[in-house]
Amino acid sequence: MIYRSHVLVCGGTGCTSSKSMDIIEQMNKLLRENNIDNEVKVIHTGCFGLCEKGPIVVIYPEGATYSRVTIEDVKEIVEEHLVKGRIVKRLLLGDKDAEDVSKALEDVGFFKHQVRVALRNCGVINPENIDEYIARDGYRALGKVLTEMTPAQVIDTVKKSGLRGRGGAGFPTGLKWEFAAKAQGDQKYVCCNADEGDPGAFMDRSILEGDPHSVLEAMAIAGYAIGSNQGYIYVRAEYPIAVQRLKIAIDQAREYGLLGKNIFGTDFSFDIDIRLGAGAFVCGEETALMTSIEGKRGEPRPRPPFPANKGLWQKPTILNNVETYANIPVIFLKGPEWFASIGTEKSKGTKVFAVGGKINNTGLVEIPMGTTVRQMIYDIGGGIPNGKKFKAVQTGGPSGGCIPASQIDTPIDYDNLIQVGSMMGSGGFIVMDEDTCMVDIAKFFLEFTVDESCGKCPPCRIGTKRMYEILDRITKGQGQEGDIEKLELLAENIKASALCGLGQTAPNPILSTLRYFRDEYEAHIYEKRCPAGVCKDLLRYVINEDKCKGCSLCARKCPVNAISGEVKKPYHIDADKCIKCGACLETCKFGAISKMA
Amino acid sequence: MKSLAELEAIRERALKEITLRDNTGKTRVVVGMATCGIAAGARPVMNAFVDELSKRNVQNVNVTMTGCIGVCRLEPIAEVITPDGVKTTYVKLDAEKARKIVVEHLINGRPVKEYTIGEAE
Repeated sequence: MIYRSHVLVCGGTGCTSSKSMDIIEQMNKLLRENNIDNEVKVIHTGCFGLCEKGPIVVIYPEGATYSRVTIEDVKEIVEEHLVKGRIVKRLLLGDKDAEDVSKALEDVGFFKHQVRVALRNCGVINPENIDEYIARDGYRALGKVLTEMTPAQVIDTVKKSGLRGRGGAGFPTGLKWEFAAKAQGDQKYVCCNADEGDPGAFMDRSILEGDPHSVLEAMAIAGYAIGSNQGYIYVRAEYPIAVQRLKIAIDQAREYGLLGKNIFGTDFSFDIDIRLGAGAFVCGEETALMTSIEGKRGEPRPRPPFPANKGLWQKPTILNNVETYANIPVIFLKGPEWFASIGTEKSKGTKVFAVGGKINNTGLVEIPMGTTVRQMIYDIGGGIPNGKKFKAVQTGGPSGGCIPASQIDTPIDYDNLIQVGSMMGSGGFIVMDEDTCMVDIAKFFLEFTVDESCGKCPPCRIGTKRMYEILDRITKGQGQEGDIEKLELLAENIKASALCGLGQTAPNPILSTLRYFRDEYEAHIYEKRCPAGVCKDLLRYVINEDKCKGCSLCARKCPVNAISGEVKKPYHIDADKCIKCGACLETCKFGAISKMA
Repeated sequence: MKSLAELEAIRERALKEITLRDNTGKTRVVVGMATCGIAAGARPVMNAFVDELSKRNVQNVNVTMTGCIGVCRLEPIAEVITPDGVKTTYVKLDAEKARKIVVEHLINGRPVKEYTIGEAE
């Protein structure tokens, strides 16, 4: 049946939790009531990117993109747009008065600067329909590889493209495959790291939810290249929608004979199974992940031997990140030269970022390597809300560091970010403004790493805990002379001696904030003051005598009787008794109470 | 899947179904669907366009709707707009005329003069 209109509703986790699935149900109901259900097709797609404005609904052929759609809006969309062809302007994203609404969307800063390669199908196809993936050239790369290329040619193509691992370390993908292809072994494995442990990162989740077949196709190509017939996708159990879509995709691929025996009539066979994580950040680490698949407690082991030679069950194994795989089919369809034409000299292609924190356009973006931090924050991100000043952006999650405002013109690529004291990581991009305390941020990330440390090696098990204790004391006003030097000493030693990436990178947030915001640490320690006004124990609540009307409301609210005074005369807060709960500030009707650093 | 040809067949079939999600460089057929249009029978006209285009495997045309164009007595109205902006306005249409327009104008590039607004007085 040919439909005259398609309604695409975002079915990523973000929009789903804002009831996008209910919107689909309501839409189908109203289409039936208006008798146009055989003319209009409603499908759910993957993440469209502008999560801040979700739920997103896109209607073709006009290309009208509606944002913040509620169930109540569906009636108007059906009656006005789908029955009568009148665009519902108030819900439109982009220039509301534009003649061509789809062109208008392309002018919106958030979309204009993006180059969607890994996310090419997200928001465009129904991820639970393999035919739509095939319509967009799906599995053609695999067909070409199996019928026209040798494994060596495949590896050469990936090397030529310059693709580097998108999981964080940025190791050249072609080189990794080459090592595994050369390794001796009767059985080899292709693994996919879909654990995505970084807090706030959802790049991989969006690819798995929006375009799972791209990962399956890439893993099969990798299998052919290294000589493997079995793949495993290790996906965190906290992603139920992604797990479900992967299962459906694998079943559909098997049904079409695109996974299984003798694919495309060649003698290459390849199948994929899913393994679920169980909530451990360390299982995103290469060797810990493989140990977990083997059924043991997820702990890393020393290298060498590297997984390419001895990995899963001691067999040659490659492990690549979801986003790395998502790029593979396109490299074969459009050619490695095309891929290498995007990006910078040593960092080719694009990178997907999960933009969050103090920024207007939170969501998912894919940008060419070399885009500057300034462009990300202002052109794409829409700037800092409430007119606040940009302070720093954290990249790389708990393993990364902060890029301060002074370095805002840094072009984003693997090497530049390391030079500036941070790292690419898996793609987290947390923006901070003048109200963020950098010591508190370092403590936040370290708290996470301490919790997630597997405990196997003393530098990480004991070292990170000691660093955390020092930071905790500093934020509570108990910082001492020598604390900063101790932090630096611990950090250097842990980096040099920890067994795996978790420990080796745990000190990064501290080192990076010390490099650019040492003055904040010193204020906490020597002046017992938090310049950003965040650390509770360093704040003083003060009554402004000019504004105070002496109404006594705050004194009555105070749970510890720390406020005293005479009615109709300015009141006073006793700092020693004050527990900094903020009840007085909330109660005051005259704005006379403020938090002072 | 035993051959690349099988994959191609699925791809062609599926592409037809999702081709309307791509707007670039396409000719648009805009059918008036305001109250006047619907009352005059624009829905069967639109469906005829969609159906005939699909039957003839035409990929580079999108069919959309619009509101009242203004000449209500000449409804059902449909405008054909090419990517370079040339507009042909057809009036007093029915399903049969729509199908003829698909073959003559959209496929063979010859506008059907008798159905245009110029001839309709």
